[in-house]
Amino acid sequence: MKRQRFTEPTNPFDLVSDEIIFTILDLLSSNPIDLKSFSLACKSFYSVEAKHRKLLKPLRSEHLPTVLKRYTQLAHLDFSLSPRVTDASLAIISKACNSKLRSIDLSRSKFFSATGLLSLATNCTNLVEIDLSNATELRDAAAVALAKAKNLEKLWLGRCKLITDMGIGCIAVGCTKLRFISLKWCMSIGDLGVGLIAVKCEQIRSLDLSYMQITEKCLPSILKLKHLEDLVLEGCFGIDDDCLAVIRHGCKSLRKLDVSSCPNISPTGLSSLTRATSCIQQLTLAHGSPVTLALANSLKSLTMLQSVKLDGCVTTYDGLKAIGSCCVSLSELSLRKCVGVTDEGLSSIVKKHKDLKKLDITCCRMITDVSVSHMTNSCGGLTSLKMESCSLVSREGFVLIGRRCHLLEELDLTDNEIDNEGLRSLSRCSKLSILKLGICLNLNDEGLAHIGTSCSKLMELDLYRCVGVTDSGLLAIIHGCPDLEMINIAYCRDVTDVSFSSLRKCSRLKTIEARGCPLITSSGLAAAVVGCKLLRRLDLKKCCNVDDAGMISLAHFSQNLRQINLSYSSVTDVGLLSLASLGCLQHLTVLHTNRLTPSGVAAALLANSSLTKVKLHALFQALLPERLLKRLEVRGCTFEWREKIFQAELDPKCWKLQLEDVMQIVL
Amino acid sequence: MDPEDSLCSSEVWTKSSSFPNIDAQQHEQKWVDTSILDYAMDQPFQEYEEQTELKASLTCNSNQQIGILNKDSDQMNAAILGSKVQDWDPRAMLSNLSFLEQKVHQLQELVHLIIGRRSQVLGRPDELVVQQQQLITADLTSIIVQLISTAGSLLPSVKHNFSAAVPLVGQLEPPLDRVLFASESGTNNGVVQSQHGDGTKLPEVPTRIDESSKYGKEQNMSVEEHELKDEEDADESENLPPGSYEILQLEKEEILAPHTHFCAICGKGFKRDANLRMHMRGHGDEYKTAAALAKPHKEPSYETMLIKRYSCPFTGCKRNKDHKKFQPLKTILCVKNHYKRTHCDKSFTCSKCNSKKFSVIADLKTHEKHCGKDKWLCSCGTTFSRKDKLFGHIALFQGHTPAIPLEESKGTAMSCDRGERYETANKLGSINFSFGSIASGGSSVETIAAADAKGGVDDPLTYYSPLNFDPCNFGGYHEFPRPPFENAENAFPFLIPTSSNYNQKSGAESSCNNLE
Repeated sequence: MKRQRFTEPTNPFDLVSDEIIFTILDLLSSNPIDLKSFSLACKSFYSVEAKHRKLLKPLRSEHLPTVLKRYTQLAHLDFSLSPRVTDASLAIISKACNSKLRSIDLSRSKFFSATGLLSLATNCTNLVEIDLSNATELRDAAAVALAKAKNLEKLWLGRCKLITDMGIGCIAVGCTKLRFISLKWCMSIGDLGVGLIAVKCEQIRSLDLSYMQITEKCLPSILKLKHLEDLVLEGCFGIDDDCLAVIRHGCKSLRKLDVSSCPNISPTGLSSLTRATSCIQQLTLAHGSPVTLALANSLKSLTMLQSVKLDGCVTTYDGLKAIGSCCVSLSELSLRKCVGVTDEGLSSIVKKHKDLKKLDITCCRMITDVSVSHMTNSCGGLTSLKMESCSLVSREGFVLIGRRCHLLEELDLTDNEIDNEGLRSLSRCSKLSILKLGICLNLNDEGLAHIGTSCSKLMELDLYRCVGVTDSGLLAIIHGCPDLEMINIAYCRDVTDVSFSSLRKCSRLKTIEARGCPLITSSGLAAAVVGCKLLRRLDLKKCCNVDDAGMISLAHFSQNLRQINLSYSSVTDVGLLSLASLGCLQHLTVLHTNRLTPSGVAAALLANSSLTKVKLHALFQALLPERLLKRLEVRGCTFEWREKIFQAELDPKCWKLQLEDVMQIVL
Repeated sequence: MDPEDSLCSSEVWTKSSSFPNIDAQQHEQKWVDTSILDYAMDQPFQEYEEQTELKASLTCNSNQQIGILNKDSDQMNAAILGSKVQDWDPRAMLSNLSFLEQKVHQLQELVHLIIGRRSQVLGRPDELVVQQQQLITADLTSIIVQLISTAGSLLPSVKHNFSAAVPLVGQLEPPLDRVLFASESGTNNGVVQSQHGDGTKLPEVPTRIDESSKYGKEQNMSVEEHELKDEEDADESENLPPGSYEILQLEKEEILAPHTHFCAICGKGFKRDANLRMHMRGHGDEYKTAAALAKPHKEPSYETMLIKRYSCPFTGCKRNKDHKKFQPLKTILCVKNHYKRTHCDKSFTCSKCNSKKFSVIADLKTHEKHCGKDKWLCSCGTTFSRKDKLFGHIALFQGHTPAIPLEESKGTAMSCDRGERYETANKLGSINFSFGSIASGGSSVETIAAADAKGGVDDPLTYYSPLNFDPCNFGGYHEFPRPPFENAENAFPFLIPTSSNYNQKSGAESSCNNLE
């Protein structure tokens, strides 16, 4: 008895119920590596983890039978990493998961047809979400099959160009519970199909009709939908003022409306539209008619408006002033790339809208310190400010931003005059998580040190072509911001292995762009990737001192790498082949690497079974055997053959001058 | 209307028809003669090209028997011209009287000829013989027409009006026109039979003209087949008390005539008066004036005066005025479509299904639009010719879905296929149509046979009347710039609904008033 008592509780987790372990696993699931470690701990954990797992993102569909045997409770399948999913795979899934499957993402996959979808729709009766975007080969038969999924609520059919009104009609009749449907770029679907969707699927909340050939005929039935909240009509050339003038029925439930790139909608048409949809909170009018008084007046009836996007519109002072006075409480405004935004116009807006949280004035090149001063004075609550290329704003202007807008979380100052003083004042924005300082030539390590010491929540930092940045600045960031997920040090030519290797401390790094840093070597890379197990994107273009040694350690540690650019590097066949052990490498760009041989490339391509997109020099197209290329294409890999001439790197200041010259010519 | 009352022409005509055996040889010879004489006739015609009334009278001369007449008629026309200028001239009157005398002589000759033939002819009635007879009849009619027209010009008051009407160029002489009606009614045993040739009965004639012009107008306006159908249908429910309207009955060949408006100069036929007016411009500058090109206006007094309804010439038909439960037809277009649909062969076959046949071309076109395999199919089995109709159906009914054909590629193939088919259908339609126009012209022998079958041989009127169109069909005629339909004009006075008609009509009316 005694002995038994001692031997029984060998594993304390045996006493813990599965439910508790499931809760623990729920907390772990943010990091896939943790889950993997957990399941590898012991057999019981392995089975518990398998039982608990709901979401699976398979790399390739070949192993589906065994994988599905292991994970019995799967509800969500994401095939965005496996380019090849055949009808057979879908049949296996439909048998194994049957009624448990709730969502499936096939947006990046090819090689399946109506047959596979039919088995999915008939067996997986509880399927709620299906993403079929980019399935350009699917025809109406697939839509008929899909219509069998009676419980479908979300459906993406973007770029399904061959599905016609008849197909979408079947879906409309079959899937009456639909709440979300995206028909973007469905060129063969017209008014009749969309109209039928609106008639049959009364539960629709969100409707994306971008770039479709629809006219006013389907609009009345759409606006009769009682629950419609989000309507996207981007790039619908068939909708014009006359169409909108006919609208009688108001849609009280609509919250978001996007009519960007509809060149035939003028302020008059817009006013009839806004009259019908008075409860809109978010309105996107990008690339539309000029922002004039008439347009601003058409917004007057929208009392609940919170967000306006006017990207790329021609603006007038009157229009901006009227927007400033008419809209009640804007929290978000985008004037991105608007022509004609002046200090007066912007000031009149920011003076009125003191609750502004997000402001985008990218490329509003005419604004100066005046509007920055007004903006920082009245909009202290800004959380997001994007002001790329506002080159007339002086260094002092940026000091003001840091001094007055403490709540900033996202700040884009690309191509501006900001200097170290500005960065020092920005260090008060302790919540800053995204900071873009690309092409800011006036700052150096000293400024970055301020950021590093106070902005510990920084997740994204863009230092593209910040020539003043060296090791010490980068080290300050790395030490101060352990949560970094993205860092761009492209063309920071003075960065060496010293700082680069310490990137290993940022264990959450997903993206490293180190293009054009010639001082980084393989040893630096090897040291960095040891800690970056989540790394997905790595750009080492023009890092001419990175060679095979770096690749070998990369392949060993960064098992999640999806995208790599090795152009102009010193990688040879060996390095390329070693990358084959990266299970999910999808995009590979290797240009201008004169140490590669055709056979080496062929071997690497064959070994790397997950590749979906490969950029190679056009020479290889002739050198690689055609059968090999065919085979890879069947696997789901596409090739881009480039014939770029080798370009010598320019001095950054010279580069910027050149850029400005080009812009002068354009203007 | 007693046939005994009718003109001598019709009497003669009936006689000849009762003895239809004419020597074929003689007949052929006669044809040759005709063409030659026709040529000869052509010249004076050109001479007087500017003088329209002259032309009009000339157009009445159709056959060799009146060939001699040409000079006389020229004189006569000159006289008429003169009379126009000086209002009333005793000399012109004299020449007119002498002209009448000549005419009467001619008539006598003609009757002699007929009598002579009657004795010659043996054997069964041949088609050619019939045609020859027909020609004689036509000659007779034309002579009578001239007689009456000249006689009419003798009346000073009438002539006055007549000259007043002259400025409206390009049309038939007013008195002549009136006479045409008379002769028409005489030949066809029409409703208005009794008015002809009698000066006192003149008021009736303008009424007739009015009706005919109305017809012309109507044809201009209502082109859509649906409208016509509707009109005919709506007609059913109409409850006019019998006697409250005037019943008019057109003859079969009038109904089947391909064209209703004819050029008085070259005889070309048109479906619409507007097209005729456009055509007339080519005949000289006088037709290019605004007045000549203007749309003929209606006389409001006549419009309000009488309600006209139409009767179908087919005995035993419900639309025939002798039927117990007679239901009149509202317009001439209704008559046309009714007659074609009910009493004619369905000669137009659908090119798609090859089973459906139609006698009205528009019906065929309507059908062909909807006929074909590429239909939009619903899961319930209902097919639709239009996609939007299918979607409307699906939107309406719960559980119905679009049914997609198994071949996936059909979608694209279908659309282009359809376009092609539509085109071919159009082509075919037009071919059919041209054929149809010939057929309904009633000139070919086959059609006569068909008419035989339909109309019944025992009725001489229906039997012969298609031949009123003949001239266009017989060799060489149409090569000369003379109107091939001149005789037809006699038979169809309403086929020349022109501005002068209206003016003349009103003139005639006023003249009548004056007389009274």
